[in-house]
Amino acid sequence: MAEVVARPPAQPRRTRRQAASTRAAYLFLSPWLVGLVVFTAGPMVASLVLSFTDYDLVSAPSFVGGENYRRLVEDPAILTALGNTLFYTALHVPLSMAAALGLALLLVQAGRSAGFFRTVVYLPVMTPPVAIGALFLLLLNGQTGLVNEGLALLGVQGPAWTSDPTWIKPGIVLMSLWTVGSTAIIYVAALRDVPAQLYEAALVDGAGPWRRFTAVTLPMISGTLYFTLLVNTIASLQLFAEVYTMYFGTTDSAAAGDAALFYVIYLFQQAFEFLRMGYASAMAWALFVVVVAVTLLQARLARRHVYYEGA
Amino acid sequence: MVRTPDAPAAGTPARRALPVLATGALVTALAACGGVSTGGDEPAGSGEAPSSITTMGFGLPDEIASVRVETYEEASGVDVEVVEGDFDEQQFLSAVASGDVPDVVYLNRDVVGTYAARGAIQPMDDCVEQQEVDMSAFRAPAVEQVTIDGSVYGLPEFFAVRVVIADTDALGQAGLTVDQVATGDWDAIAAANQAMSQRQGSTLQRIGYDPRLPETLPLWAAANGGALLSDDGRTAQLDSPEVVEALEATSALVEAAGGWSSVSAFRDSWDFFGEQNQYAVDQVGAMPMESWYVNQLSEVGTPGWTVAPFLDREGEPLTWATGQAWAIPAGAEHPEAACEFAATMTATQTWVDAATARAEALRGEGGEYTGTFTGNVEADEQIFTEVYEPVSDPALDEAISTIVDLQDDARSMPPSPAAAEVDDAYRDAVVRVLNGEQDAASALAQAQETAQRAIDEAAGG
Repeated sequence: MAEVVARPPAQPRRTRRQAASTRAAYLFLSPWLVGLVVFTAGPMVASLVLSFTDYDLVSAPSFVGGENYRRLVEDPAILTALGNTLFYTALHVPLSMAAALGLALLLVQAGRSAGFFRTVVYLPVMTPPVAIGALFLLLLNGQTGLVNEGLALLGVQGPAWTSDPTWIKPGIVLMSLWTVGSTAIIYVAALRDVPAQLYEAALVDGAGPWRRFTAVTLPMISGTLYFTLLVNTIASLQLFAEVYTMYFGTTDSAAAGDAALFYVIYLFQQAFEFLRMGYASAMAWALFVVVVAVTLLQARLARRHVYYEGA
Repeated sequence: MVRTPDAPAAGTPARRALPVLATGALVTALAACGGVSTGGDEPAGSGEAPSSITTMGFGLPDEIASVRVETYEEASGVDVEVVEGDFDEQQFLSAVASGDVPDVVYLNRDVVGTYAARGAIQPMDDCVEQQEVDMSAFRAPAVEQVTIDGSVYGLPEFFAVRVVIADTDALGQAGLTVDQVATGDWDAIAAANQAMSQRQGSTLQRIGYDPRLPETLPLWAAANGGALLSDDGRTAQLDSPEVVEALEATSALVEAAGGWSSVSAFRDSWDFFGEQNQYAVDQVGAMPMESWYVNQLSEVGTPGWTVAPFLDREGEPLTWATGQAWAIPAGAEHPEAACEFAATMTATQTWVDAATARAEALRGEGGEYTGTFTGNVEADEQIFTEVYEPVSDPALDEAISTIVDLQDDARSMPPSPAAAEVDDAYRDAVVRVLNGEQDAASALAQAQETAQRAIDEAAGG
């Protein structure tokens, strides 16, 4: 009995420890939380307000109600920009994931030299986007670019990647594969976490390499695949720096016309070239809605197709 | 972490995903700072003589810049803090939005109208009066670009024009003379283009006559008796018959040379500033190009080129001028000092002193002075009679002489409250035509609508 009476005082001690621990956690988190509120959440709220105004940075904003959103619907360039962006996303995301997974599968086979190859695969990611844009403008040049010279060696006449409206977006997708290294490294980590027993069991069951890949590897790394699908999709919808460098960076580089007009580039033009900050804010919120919708759709699909260990 | 839309997007996918709202956040972050409260007409200065003033958009690459700044500093006793670098629109607008503007800003003349309409820069009429600036001393097209509704918003400087630069080897191989490409006869230009263009299989090897679209449409329209904007810059005229005809004729030149895809890609492959530039390796027969480029050709020792005036369809010399101006931002702390600085920088004697110093420096290093085109008529006259000496490269000497003669035949884009939108509208239209997406009339009709709406909005705002 004495033991039973003695137990309750232990609970408050644990609670105090938990409370102290929680306080410490918030203390350590506070710099990030302050940053979130001041530099992200605050401007987001202000942006929402601004999207209902006409504002050119110089004069005070004037309230225009839903005019900017009405204009969004009527602006033909929005459809063009959105179409270009979705086209790019639809090509870039699966291609980059497939390329990254292929690289990751090779990297996990690399044995003792894996560290070297991981570095090699990741290095292109360190290239600044502006440099990537400038570099690929040369590589993809339809007349003298290395890509077409390589294709010519195979007897294929390459297209005008940087100046033919039909080929500009595929050219940009090709350029985007330059940075698949970051996704590949994430996949390497995921592949290493797949329990070896599962492969052994599959072997015992007579599964071949392809069957082991589809029945063991893919399900076991589906959580990681889903994560990269999500972030790559969001990043694709915001494509800006490389394409701006290639086609909009100087006044003379307007060769691409509408073919390279991506959503964030158009948003940037509206904000910082034409000084329509209210309209640009409305565009930013429309993009946010698109991103949320796409993310929710992906989350819905993930419930059926993604495996989480212990879930 | 807030990332601007033009910030590097490298990094992991997660990092790339972070700025999902970055653009909106930036837009708002700037907006949150609030607008500038000055009305634009009232200088916000204290009136007291400052110990220093700051500039934006300017640099000190040589004596032409540094001597003029020193002249002001010595005369006024005020230090000039030159924040070196080209004019950056975002930087300037951020400064205006935050109310922390430089005292004086150096920007392209074609955007003066836009900033004046929005109240980002202030009128300089009082400045012109106080400093006794003789606006008639400046070249008329430059003055027109900085004069909005009768008020002066900037003091102009530099005056770059376009001339036809032709490759003598390409001309010779086609049995042509420079007069047959520097002509107002557009049929002759088309024939010369055909004669000089060269392909090997699907690879373009030479553009016969590159009209330099899309940026030269205003020049070609002017040559055809048209203009993209009315004189007051308030009415777009992009769909006028003269402009449509100019675009049809020039886009036909591109098509005949191999089509836009090939021409554009081929131009991108040129070693434009290098020794193997398009004139050195005969990749172009002729093209209208800005006058500064002749210095570049001479500097890298390019052989076999010559310069001739661009002619309108009546056969009269015509050129298109661009340049910069000094303007005072709304809310500038020391507008009077900024005014004195701008007046000093653009004064005749300051230019001549700077040109003299530059010439002496170059000759001291064994180089040659090739002249300075100031936008100030009196300064140009003195520089080219007293400071300039014929240079050893005959092609360059002849080119400089041609450029000097052309200064009085220049036109420029009128000041517009929506210069960027107008510029964007006509360039996009040109590219749509070159890509074969639209004919010239439809493309320019669409551009007209876009440009006029932008002008009306900006003017109304």
